[in-house]
Amino acid sequence: MEKKEYQKLTEKYSPKENKLKNAIIAFLIGGLVGIIGQALVDLYMNVGQISQSEATSLMMVTLIFLSCLFTALGFFDNWVSKAGAGLFIPISGFAHATTSSALEYKREGLVMGIGSNIFKLSGSVILYGVIAAYVFGIIRFVFFGG
Amino acid sequence: MMIYLYSFLFAGIVCLIGQLILDNTKLLPGHITSLFVAIGAALDTFAIYDFFVDTFGAGAVVCITSFGHLLIHGALAKASSDGLLGLFTGMFSLTATGITATIIFAFIFTLIFKPRD
Repeated sequence: MEKKEYQKLTEKYSPKENKLKNAIIAFLIGGLVGIIGQALVDLYMNVGQISQSEATSLMMVTLIFLSCLFTALGFFDNWVSKAGAGLFIPISGFAHATTSSALEYKREGLVMGIGSNIFKLSGSVILYGVIAAYVFGIIRFVFFGG
Repeated sequence: MMIYLYSFLFAGIVCLIGQLILDNTKLLPGHITSLFVAIGAALDTFAIYDFFVDTFGAGAVVCITSFGHLLIHGALAKASSDGLLGLFTGMFSLTATGITATIIFAFIFTLIFKPRD
């Protein structure tokens, strides 16, 4: 087979057409998480008579609770692999990554297993979040006076 | 009710960008979330992310970019009253909710449930 022909063939069968589908799914699921978040904030504000910032915190705790629970129950891995960025970009992804690392290393013990590995996947988010916030914080503080 | 549409669009578009990066580069979800947190922190440096949260509601809060925004927001709030030391004392002041909830629920559910092989 000619090299060009082969290239054409592999291009045809590479999962190119799935990219559009993945993008649409990520958009819809991610947007749905946003709607659920907003609905929870409104629900907590109306039912609990609490301030918006308290309701927002409670909404975050709720989403994290559900993500951790669903991950531990086993079916959330499947959801995340199907929804892609739609579920790993929202806070659910952070909770999912943390819980799945903890579960994966559970059999190696409480300290050397769960303790050492719980942030194996999600640790980089905290690390680079803090580094970025520190660097930008200094820039903002020095050049703009806080 | 418009806030629901805005939440949907903002969270959807951020996830869409994440998915496009995932599908068209060699970056993994870990790279993308780390990148987005740094972008969130950068956007908050010029108070842009505050505008997002005010305008797009919870859609802007649920995205991981909000984590970077909250880190620098807490740090700068403390820095404005305590000076540079505030960057250290205030860094986790607003993200404490998310990190603490994640640690507690991840740990409890890991103890209760068995990993699926």
